[in-house]
Amino acid sequence: MSTLDMSVTPLREVNVTLQEAAKSQSNNAYEITNPRGSHAVAVGLDGPLSVTVKGSTGYYCAGMNKLATIRVEGSTGPGVAENMMSGEVVIEGDASQYAGATGRGGLLNIKGNASSRCGISMKGIDIVVHGNIGHMSAFMAQKGNLVVLGDAGDALGDSLYEARLFVRGTVKSLGADCIEKEMRPEHIEILQELLARAGADAKPEEFKRYGSARRLYNFNIDHADEY
Amino acid sequence: MCGIVGLFLKQDALRPKLGDMLTDMLITMTDRGPDSAGIAIYGEEAEGSVKITIQSDTPDADFDGLEAALGAAIGGGVTVKPVNTHAVLVLPVEKETDAIAFLESKGLRIMGVGTSMEIYKEVGLPKDVAARFGLREMGGSHGIGHTRMATESAVTTMGAHPFSTADDQCLVHNGSLSNHNQMRRKLAKKGIFTKSENDTEVGAAYISSRIADGATLGEALEGTISDLDGFFTFVTGTKNGFGVVRDPIACKPAVMAETDDYVAFASEYRAFADLPGIEAARVWEPEPATVYFWER
Repeated sequence: MSTLDMSVTPLREVNVTLQEAAKSQSNNAYEITNPRGSHAVAVGLDGPLSVTVKGSTGYYCAGMNKLATIRVEGSTGPGVAENMMSGEVVIEGDASQYAGATGRGGLLNIKGNASSRCGISMKGIDIVVHGNIGHMSAFMAQKGNLVVLGDAGDALGDSLYEARLFVRGTVKSLGADCIEKEMRPEHIEILQELLARAGADAKPEEFKRYGSARRLYNFNIDHADEY
Repeated sequence: MCGIVGLFLKQDALRPKLGDMLTDMLITMTDRGPDSAGIAIYGEEAEGSVKITIQSDTPDADFDGLEAALGAAIGGGVTVKPVNTHAVLVLPVEKETDAIAFLESKGLRIMGVGTSMEIYKEVGLPKDVAARFGLREMGGSHGIGHTRMATESAVTTMGAHPFSTADDQCLVHNGSLSNHNQMRRKLAKKGIFTKSENDTEVGAAYISSRIADGATLGEALEGTISDLDGFFTFVTGTKNGFGVVRDPIACKPAVMAETDDYVAFASEYRAFADLPGIEAARVWEPEPATVYFWER
């Protein structure tokens, strides 16, 4: 285990060290101390590496992650794990707005709450939130799974494509073209596996599934007057 | 983009450290707003007196002899404490209107008026603004601060936050209002005039006008959600405390922290990093379109 202390090591040096370690395929473990809400901590890692951040971070932590496992022992600012490709990002606390935005793969595991726009435009990432999520979550989400053990805010899944949304608690309101869908055995299976991977204490049967009604996919001539 | 900070103390023991704590928070927010910085601090009240914070670009000339001249004009009882480009005037509360008329006739800018509030704001980096006013040495019960990245009006002293539009009330804002001209005209019809072209000053004047009409701070803040259009995270200071509200879209960041000793607000968590006991604090993001306030 190597330690990088951000009270003495500049952010750029921390990120270069982690990026080179990831590239070397070493699969080493790193600990980041004193992040003090810094922006862009542990970004652009491209290879197997285990990183533990001991404290809270600011904007864009763990962005563009590929293969690495990043654990934040605190809360994260806006845009955590943005555009993640693969690997795993675990947040022990809360995540601010647009967590996991545009993510293409991997698992984002948020133990606390996520605020607005969680999973906006997600493209294949799996996101598990153990608490609640804010408004406009999964806006224009295209692919992947968003699992919420708590409640969802307003306009969930607005203008949704083919991402699957599973919510255990209440949904304040559904966005345009997002509807509740039946839970089939294959969905129970997907959810079971995701809950197990995220260490979540919940049963798949307790969740409801939401998805796209697919009414916005094509222009409907009968709606021409509405434009 | 702008940076906002606020600190409300629950324990009197921390009062002498308020300026020091707020200054660290303000400087941490420099890269969110390097154009100008300002702070409103609620300190000691003097019985039967009111404090007027004024500003001048030529303080040496303007503040020299001001105590005697103002005293003669309003009938005595004035003290003037110059602090760099600002001065805090203490005078009997019944002389407030006369004093303001005199000061404005001399071309002095009124930053704020109140029994406990003082406002210091200038163009420049937060660390330089803090140093020229000695913000670190100031004590008080609560205070709010702002680092500005200008969008809606020029980078000037009068365009810097906080904006005060009524005694002991002030507002800092991250965002931009889109109906401020319309609201400015509406307020003018009620006889409420703003001093700058700035959108935030209109927000402050709106809140002050609602409170003047009998609304509580909570009701006035609630009103911003329906009556003001645009993006905002507002922190408003009053004599007894501070309030927070975000617009329903809530794209302007906000984070809060609470311990047994204080309630803190900031645009970003890193402004909290030096606060005592922050590791054990309850830290959360204020909900959109939800009013929060703390009063003593």
